[in-house]
Amino acid sequence: MLTVWAILIDGFIYASWLFLVAAGLTVIYGVMRILNMAHGSLYALGAYAAASALGLYYAGGGDQLWMAFVIIAVCAITIGAITGLAIERGLLRLMYGRDEILMLIITFAVLLILEDVMKLIWGTTPYFAYQPYAAMGRINIDVLTVSRYDLMVLVVSIVIGASLWFWLERTRIGKILRSIIHDREISQAMGVNVERMFTITFMIGATLGAIAGGITAPIISVVPGIGIEVIVLAFAVVVTGGLGSITGAAIGAIIVGLARATSIHTMPELELFIIYAVMAAVLVFRPHGLFGQAVARKI
Amino acid sequence: MKTTQQPRTWQHVLFSATTSIFLASAGLLGLAANASAQDSFKVGFVTFLSGGASGPFGVPASQGAKLVVKAINEGTLPAPYDSQGVNGLSLQMVEVDEAGGPTKQVEEYRNLVQRQNVNAVIGYISSGDCLAIAPVAEEMETFTIAFDCGTSRMFEELDSPKYVFRTGLDAVADNVGAARYLAETHGDAKRIAGIQQNYAWGQDSWQDFTLAMEQLMPEAEIVNNQTPQIFQGSYGTEISALQTRRPDIVHSSMWGGDMESFVAQANARGLLSQATALLTTGESGLHRFDGQAPNGTIIGGRGPFGGFMPENDLSEWFSKAYEEEHGIPPSYPASKAAQAILALKYAADNSGADGVPSSEQLAAALKGAEFPSVSGTVNMGLSDGHQAVQPMLYGEYHFEDGKAELRNVKSYPGDCVSAPDGYNAQEWIKAGFPDSSCD
Repeated sequence: MLTVWAILIDGFIYASWLFLVAAGLTVIYGVMRILNMAHGSLYALGAYAAASALGLYYAGGGDQLWMAFVIIAVCAITIGAITGLAIERGLLRLMYGRDEILMLIITFAVLLILEDVMKLIWGTTPYFAYQPYAAMGRINIDVLTVSRYDLMVLVVSIVIGASLWFWLERTRIGKILRSIIHDREISQAMGVNVERMFTITFMIGATLGAIAGGITAPIISVVPGIGIEVIVLAFAVVVTGGLGSITGAAIGAIIVGLARATSIHTMPELELFIIYAVMAAVLVFRPHGLFGQAVARKI
Repeated sequence: MKTTQQPRTWQHVLFSATTSIFLASAGLLGLAANASAQDSFKVGFVTFLSGGASGPFGVPASQGAKLVVKAINEGTLPAPYDSQGVNGLSLQMVEVDEAGGPTKQVEEYRNLVQRQNVNAVIGYISSGDCLAIAPVAEEMETFTIAFDCGTSRMFEELDSPKYVFRTGLDAVADNVGAARYLAETHGDAKRIAGIQQNYAWGQDSWQDFTLAMEQLMPEAEIVNNQTPQIFQGSYGTEISALQTRRPDIVHSSMWGGDMESFVAQANARGLLSQATALLTTGESGLHRFDGQAPNGTIIGGRGPFGGFMPENDLSEWFSKAYEEEHGIPPSYPASKAAQAILALKYAADNSGADGVPSSEQLAAALKGAEFPSVSGTVNMGLSDGHQAVQPMLYGEYHFEDGKAELRNVKSYPGDCVSAPDGYNAQEWIKAGFPDSSCD
């Protein structure tokens, strides 16, 4: 019974982290039809910014937990929004209307450039910012302990998911974005400033990636390459759920999270295999993912 | 269309003059380079300069190697290495990043030997890279020292090695030593679990450790082993899975940032107050844990390196010089890199060569040799004189008043933890360590 509880708790905690990582990727694809490979770099930038700022804060004698969260939020939002704006205005806007594959290659180039930029800025030494994770303590369930920080990630993930849903379904901008998703040209003809909406969407997607990195920074050692590791997982989640679907990303994250937790608790040697096995199994029966929709191609 | 031929005499003169100057310069440069090559010994040094292994492993190794190379060229090393240069030649180090995997490393190795004309190569932290490089080094007949990688298969898969040497211990020694330490200090432990990175190093380490435990602590039960992906970073689910098995000991061969992340997370989650961690590469975190690892955590340094270095002139010089330059004492990767450079100097100085020693002369000098190093006397006594035999040490991590130290350190002789020549390492453990001597 303890193992079942552990699988459920670990599965949902991991799923919440996966959703945080994948949400920005799926928002950008849903609206802009850009498979943003640079999303991994935005995650890494958020993690580096938060880890280095937290390091300075604690080295300077700071010990307030709430201040650590303010630092994480400010760093992640600032670096995500600025980098997102720079990528969209400086590069992507020149390429709109091009083939999706070309956009993927362009964002892959951005990923590689940002990886080297991060090495130039932060070097190759790992950054640790474990203090908030340790300071939040843990909850005991029999011999099992659950970190309060992990539970906080779960709550943040739910809040972000609900906010995204509200933004897309209940706000004026959300309605405009949905009209762009349905038909970009008609929306433009009706007076929607599509380019402006793209800028806003890309900045929000980029900021979500950076927030995921910032929140993860106190859990991991922040090292070069974490962005590339994470983008592969994020793709697995959004492809399983259906590219461009927020609900799909959430359900995909839960399925992958629970499958992985089950594997780790029962057959640890299959941990990595199971994530991609789930994705492959879903795609066999639903080639566009669980919540993805087949789109007729215009000729 | 009519074309007009302009007089070009001045252009021809200019062209001829420029070409002559260029060719003459190139010739002079070539001669200079040749002269420089004769005055110096060029060694390729391969270590992780990027990626997760760079911070805790690759960069300290690079720093350790550079420190010794500089001292060799200045002639400031303690005896018996106090002569300037290697065999009288200045030592030039060409550094290469080990990141990118074995295929890339084979290309880099060929590039070092064929284009950069290095006289020897020292390097390799990754076992996968060592397995790929060793046969290439033999094929290219280039003197090569593996300074850190731990796979015991390197010499098992090489047929009569001639040019490849390893001046550190292999993973078998790490894990037999770990099991011996547990049997001596935690003999009452009943439930043993593990967490290893999911590739050759982690799998081989766990196999060697569990085989040794079957011999040394047959009452203990292996209850679980987690195999996360390398550089995964977050181990929340794995920690839960370990907790539900209620282990007394958690063995891990994870290294670098992965090992440090696991320790920080497992400590925050309480796993390390429920079980004692045994970290075979934990010494690299000795001055980085900063109290994140609980006191009593068992750590190894893959031999007498880093915090486990014995007191001698070389280790004292190295510790002092490293700390002065980098602000912290040297960790084991730095010490192992320093040892490999000292092995090169020993081989070059004893090669009997007039000028730059050949790979054959270097190999003949190092084969089966005993040379002094930062870790004590190194005996190249295994794998037909190509593999070092040294003691394996383990101890407990303690952090008090902002300072980390090792306590309850125990040393096991090389013959006690390494399989003798003629034995497959796993068969040697299964047979109950025949022909070993632990006195």
